[in-house]
Amino acid sequence: MRIPKRTIAQRFHVRLVGSLLILIGLLIVSNKFLRLDFNALIQNFDQFLALLKDMMHPDWKSAPFVVQPMMETIQMALIGTTVGTLLAIPAAVIAARNVITNKWITGAVRIVFNIVRTLPDLLLAALFVAIAGIGPYAGVLTLTIFSFGMITKLFYECIETIDNGPLEAILTTGGKRSAMVVFAVLPQVYSRFVSYILYTFEINVRASTVLGYLGAGGIGQQLQTSLSEFRYDQTAVIILAILVVVLAIDGVSNFARERLQ
Amino acid sequence: MTNPELKPVIDVQHVSKVYDNGTSGLTDINLQVRPGEFVVIVGLSGAGKSTLMRSLNRLHQVTEGRVLIDGQSITEAKGRNLRQLRREVAMIFQNFNLVKQSTVLRNVLAGRLGYYPTWRSSLGLFKDTDKQRAFKALERVNLLDKVYQRVDQLSGGQQQRVAVARAFVQDPKIVLADEPTASLDPKTAHLIMNDLKSMNQDLGKTVVANLHSVALAKEYATRIVGLRAGRIVYDEAIRDVTDTDLTDIYNGGSLTGDGQ
Repeated sequence: MRIPKRTIAQRFHVRLVGSLLILIGLLIVSNKFLRLDFNALIQNFDQFLALLKDMMHPDWKSAPFVVQPMMETIQMALIGTTVGTLLAIPAAVIAARNVITNKWITGAVRIVFNIVRTLPDLLLAALFVAIAGIGPYAGVLTLTIFSFGMITKLFYECIETIDNGPLEAILTTGGKRSAMVVFAVLPQVYSRFVSYILYTFEINVRASTVLGYLGAGGIGQQLQTSLSEFRYDQTAVIILAILVVVLAIDGVSNFARERLQ
Repeated sequence: MTNPELKPVIDVQHVSKVYDNGTSGLTDINLQVRPGEFVVIVGLSGAGKSTLMRSLNRLHQVTEGRVLIDGQSITEAKGRNLRQLRREVAMIFQNFNLVKQSTVLRNVLAGRLGYYPTWRSSLGLFKDTDKQRAFKALERVNLLDKVYQRVDQLSGGQQQRVAVARAFVQDPKIVLADEPTASLDPKTAHLIMNDLKSMNQDLGKTVVANLHSVALAKEYATRIVGLRAGRIVYDEAIRDVTDTDLTDIYNGGSLTGDGQ
């Protein structure tokens, strides 16, 4: 029996070893440039402990004041995710190479979407606070654009993994491309779309806590106030509230995603 | 039963296909199919059977020549005109190409999409006559009891019969079948072939099928076309086909037909 010889690259696992070496090299180089000083972390550890000590005694009396901004945060995330999704569905269809076969169109729209996604959410928040003023409206606008960028990419990559056979079948019935999307594309991606939307909603809730920092409304604004007043006992309550909400959303969306499988 | 005086419903004129990577799929194919024929195309894998079939409804763009469907060139058709020509050419695929997540009914109704504006089909506003048509088609293939089930709950053979029902409701002049039985067991294969035969004989549809099985080809075809390396090397009515001819198509021996 003659077994074909493996190539040298296969025998010495050149790809795996090579990628590991490159990764280690990158880690060393980045560390050198950033001059990470682990000593500082150890020397100033007592400050961290002091902060932690304050936070160990949450000011439970402030809890009722957390509820309303927390609701605002969830509402911001909900509206931002919904509007972002509604915009993202047609956008993703146009960007999917198996639906739109013209590479110029998909290429051009992808550049636009990449730019949208490159804008950091903090920059967007700063921008919309300047335009729409301080408050949840700016937060909703930020989350809409942020969700749009993220969902579009998740969606079009998802669309490109579907079985293209049914798409062809619709074309052979004399159906239009739009009918093909409705009858052959969307049913195939529906359950994954829902799980991506839930995932984005989770991220939006977390993101919107930070956005409040820039005046974009919600629980983040409360967080920022407590920190600037050194009321770490109140900060603790806010963080706990965020934790509870994030865990709850995580649980609900996990449940929903499992049911969709 | 085919009348040579009839105008061909499929007219392939000097069609060649070269793939983007330079490999040649089809070379100077000429083929006229008349209404009511049941043409079976045989040949080895890679001989160009699928390429030829997919050129007939323009899932493939040919490099040279043209294909006329009922006298109109589908090769040069655009937009609405192309869709109307495609409506006349239903296709059945080896992999069924159904939307597995949708119900049987929705997959069958998809055969009517060529007759509706998208807003209407999207909202599921199919005419009652079309729903009746779908039920009738499912009854024909013995699957009426599965009408509201999801397709992924059906067996392979049942799925292919749903695809046949979809072709029924499309009400085309021509039915193309690209290896329709290749992923099915012999018994189910006969069921599918009988469906095609009934479309051909009872409804007068012209059928063109690619088959791997010589036995099925001989049983169902009214005419056999042999393809080898992208060329037509054999083309005879079924009464003139001998077993030696068929083995020659596969083995590359001398042939009485045109070509090599």
